[in-house]
Amino acid sequence: MAASETYPDDLKYHKEHDWARIEGDEAVLGITWFAQDALGELVHYEPPNEGDTIAKDSAYGEVESVKAVSDVIAPLSGEVLEVNAKVVEEPETVNDDPYGEGWLIRIRLSEPSETDSLLDVDAYKQVVAES
Amino acid sequence: MLAAIGVSSVEELFRDIPAGVRFGRELDLEPPLSEQELTRHLGELAARNVDTSKELSFLGAGIYDHYVPAVVDTVLQRGELLTAYTPYQPEMSQGVLQAIFEYQTVICELTGMDVSNASGYDGTTVAADACYMAKHATGRTKVVVTEATSPQVRQVVKTYAPGFGLEIVEVPHRGGITDPDELRRAATDAACVIFQQPNFFGCLEPAPDLAAAANDAEAIAIAHVDPISLGVLEAPGAYGCGLAIGEGQSAGNYQSFAGPHYGFLAARSEFIRRMPGRIVGETLDAAGERGYVLTLQTREQHIRREKATSNITTNQTLLALAGLVHLSWLGPQGLRELGETCMSLAEYAKSGLMAAGLELVFPERATFKEFAVHTGRSARDATRAARERGVHPGYALGRDYEGLDDALLVAVTERRTPADIDRLVAALAS
Amino acid sequence: MKLIFEKSQPGRRGGELPRYDVPLAKVPAELQRQVPPRLPELAEPEIVRHFTELSTRNFGIDTGFYPLGSCTMKYNPRVNERLAMLPGFRDLHPCQDEDAIQGALELMWRLQEELIEVSGLDACSLQPAAGSQGELTGLMLMRAYFADRGEADQRDTIITADTAHGTNPASVTMAGYKLAKVETDARGNVDVANLRELVNERTAGLMLTNPSTLGLFDEHIEEIAQIFHEVGALLYYDGANLNAVCGISRPGDMGFDIVHINLHKTFSQPHGGGGPGGGPIVVRDNLEPFLPVPAVVKDGERFRLDHDRPKSIGKVRGFTGPFGVFVRSYAYMRSYGPRLREMSETAVLNANYLLALLREAYDLPYDRLAMHEFVLSARSLKREHGISALDVAKRLMDYGFHPPTIYFPLVVPEALMIEPTETEAKETLDEFADAMLAIAREAKENPEVLRDAPHGRPVRRLDEVLAAKRAIVKYGFEEHPDLGNEPATPRQLEAQKGA
Repeated sequence: MAASETYPDDLKYHKEHDWARIEGDEAVLGITWFAQDALGELVHYEPPNEGDTIAKDSAYGEVESVKAVSDVIAPLSGEVLEVNAKVVEEPETVNDDPYGEGWLIRIRLSEPSETDSLLDVDAYKQVVAES
Repeated sequence: MLAAIGVSSVEELFRDIPAGVRFGRELDLEPPLSEQELTRHLGELAARNVDTSKELSFLGAGIYDHYVPAVVDTVLQRGELLTAYTPYQPEMSQGVLQAIFEYQTVICELTGMDVSNASGYDGTTVAADACYMAKHATGRTKVVVTEATSPQVRQVVKTYAPGFGLEIVEVPHRGGITDPDELRRAATDAACVIFQQPNFFGCLEPAPDLAAAANDAEAIAIAHVDPISLGVLEAPGAYGCGLAIGEGQSAGNYQSFAGPHYGFLAARSEFIRRMPGRIVGETLDAAGERGYVLTLQTREQHIRREKATSNITTNQTLLALAGLVHLSWLGPQGLRELGETCMSLAEYAKSGLMAAGLELVFPERATFKEFAVHTGRSARDATRAARERGVHPGYALGRDYEGLDDALLVAVTERRTPADIDRLVAALAS
Repeated sequence: MKLIFEKSQPGRRGGELPRYDVPLAKVPAELQRQVPPRLPELAEPEIVRHFTELSTRNFGIDTGFYPLGSCTMKYNPRVNERLAMLPGFRDLHPCQDEDAIQGALELMWRLQEELIEVSGLDACSLQPAAGSQGELTGLMLMRAYFADRGEADQRDTIITADTAHGTNPASVTMAGYKLAKVETDARGNVDVANLRELVNERTAGLMLTNPSTLGLFDEHIEEIAQIFHEVGALLYYDGANLNAVCGISRPGDMGFDIVHINLHKTFSQPHGGGGPGGGPIVVRDNLEPFLPVPAVVKDGERFRLDHDRPKSIGKVRGFTGPFGVFVRSYAYMRSYGPRLREMSETAVLNANYLLALLREAYDLPYDRLAMHEFVLSARSLKREHGISALDVAKRLMDYGFHPPTIYFPLVVPEALMIEPTETEAKETLDEFADAMLAIAREAKENPEVLRDAPHGRPVRRLDEVLAAKRAIVKYGFEEHPDLGNEPATPRQLEAQKGA
């Protein structure tokens, strides 16, 4: 079943409804509860390739439901280390567990100072309230 | 009704239209015609055309006089299909949706591909669609097309190219077919290569070698094929093509002065999300019963808007349905026989013309249902002389190809008997 | 119902082909088909039954009321089918000599003249195969026009309305232009102040339909035209809504320079389950040189195809366009003559009458007189009873009607876009209104029956999520998956309840 609305406070957020979990010089990225709720059940995830370089504020992949296709926006820049194969196989994992099993990619940060520009959970909740 | 609306006249309904753009007179059109008068007027216009019931025709060049079995008309006259809209409400449209699913299956079977769309406008625009797909799949902007591909296909692709940001490169024909090595060299950095099989001259290209040449250059091999040839000719999917396209008219459609017909487009599974146009998929309903819906609609204009794979909305569903009915009526055996018959009759025509002293333009080449012949005089004179004997001998190639001003492209379908062909020979040999 | 392939019996066929006494020609070995295509194998009676059964599972205008907004689902006169099948049209090859196609060329020329008169412009090409293709052709004309004036690099943007049909932005991209969007104001008109901010010397043109997809005539159209013409830009008219204004207001007089007309909407070419259509374009004099080649011209008393058009954009489709569609639309227009005006008046009358019956029970986002269509919203039903526009649409099927267009235009939440057309009798409109009012009551009293709708169609509500995930787009023969016997996931069962 789809998850209930939460925004973990140990994550950083981007206004395009993405989250980042910073782990040293790496980060795990995904989309928030708000994003998966707006799209509806995901039917397809088009990921980048391992080894690709992604840039903050640019699209690195696509997620698709029956009614929309959405670019996934990178909150941080870096090199793609790992793509979550489970989400490629079962895209609805993102709806069930957007912050856990529904992670999208892991990257090595190329500009760690970019994390300063991300939103904390309260600032992001404000963005959601205004959407 | 006016009272319910709250106005006092029909005129008042248009009060929001500014006076400056109101049309101030009657439309300058002739008075209305009753059904009977319409029939007389259009009957008179139709009577002034020389159709294939009035003149023995060997015209082809992309549109062919094949036999359309009566069941095709029967199915197309069903009002529930004829007057239905696009099946966006699937519970109201299971008839059309299942028929399209069956059509998609038949096109995939013919072409050896994994996915087909629900039709494009015609055999020329699907070539433009295919280029657009190839550009987005490869990131490359060069398109290679053989000179032996239909002039109209090439012209339409060139018309679309500026908007698509494509560079079009042509590879000349060598004696009526294309040289794979020449194609391979031209295909460096190309998004795709388009070749036609059989080609515009009716000649059989070395298609597997052409596809291999494209693949060697990492360009997508795209074969533009004749649907009714695919009972005897190998499927593009079996020899390395990524896309198969073509004009569907030969399967199920009357000539109708070139339209409406349908273009088909089929691809390997990796291209499914780049397909333009509608695609029907299978699913279940709330009671667990099988049903059909439009699927992967997020590619299409009504959702994806400016990032759509195409702007196509209205397509050619009814004509594609005619193709499905015709191919179902033929079955695999009938399709093979149809291909063999056309090919054999064309060989008979070639032999007859050669025996009468005329020369083929490409005598060394194997052909399918069309071939090019030198008439020994201008094509116009040859045609005029033949038409005086009630025969239209074929398409004048000189308007599209250098040095062929005396040549005619002769098409022979299963509707031409050996006696008809004897008349053609007599008409051209005189 | 079985697929046609599931009814195949090996060796069966629909009919025989003639056999001729000529030597059998063989395909060279390396090009021969190895594995035959698995086409259906049925006898003719079975083929007829199969397609007849399919048709009974479908709903057309011949079946009942079809109020799809912006689709103009009017009755298709049957005489037009008969006329399109006259051998002189049906069996005519496009490459016949000009002396042998005079009737066809005259028909096309006369149709061009009719469309020129209705649009209030100067020259016409019948070549585009559909409205979308007409749009793309129109944008190509703009590009050629500006290139001819040395302004190609300067003009890179097309402005569309936020109420525009998705084909407009899609066409803009295919034509290689950038897209800008203008907002709609509270009265449903283009927001002129916003427009002034967007238009500058980089603007190539505007794409607009008038009346809009909201069914409203833009009260500022003259000013809008002036804004674009002042900067040397052009105006393109999307003809999807022409049924409202034939003989009442002409796009050319509104200030548009290029118009496409949907022959399968305004001029009654049957939709055929998705096509064919026709999207001819009509243009002002200054754009005529760029029209697709060949042009159909009258030369004294004769008609010919003019290929000598050096400034033409080229060809957008094979030959001269979908001729069978021209026959039907030409016959349709000749059956009306100048009374096309009454066609539009009746369309607008029917729409306003239906609006009057429904406006209390549903939300009305723009309180103005409608043209040929109007947009309602199910927003209150959603808020108060959890019933969406989708639920309303599915329940209408149980009442024997095809639903209206839903969720479009995008600016109206829970939109229901309703276009009755002029060929519907008052009784039908009354019955439809009764059904819509009944559904509004059911939303309050018995919402479950809406959420599970439809109940009376050949299938229940279909799972579109499953279709997109599995992407089963052809019959797989022995390998065809059996969705019915795979265990449904909890999510699927949830979704089937009509999300």
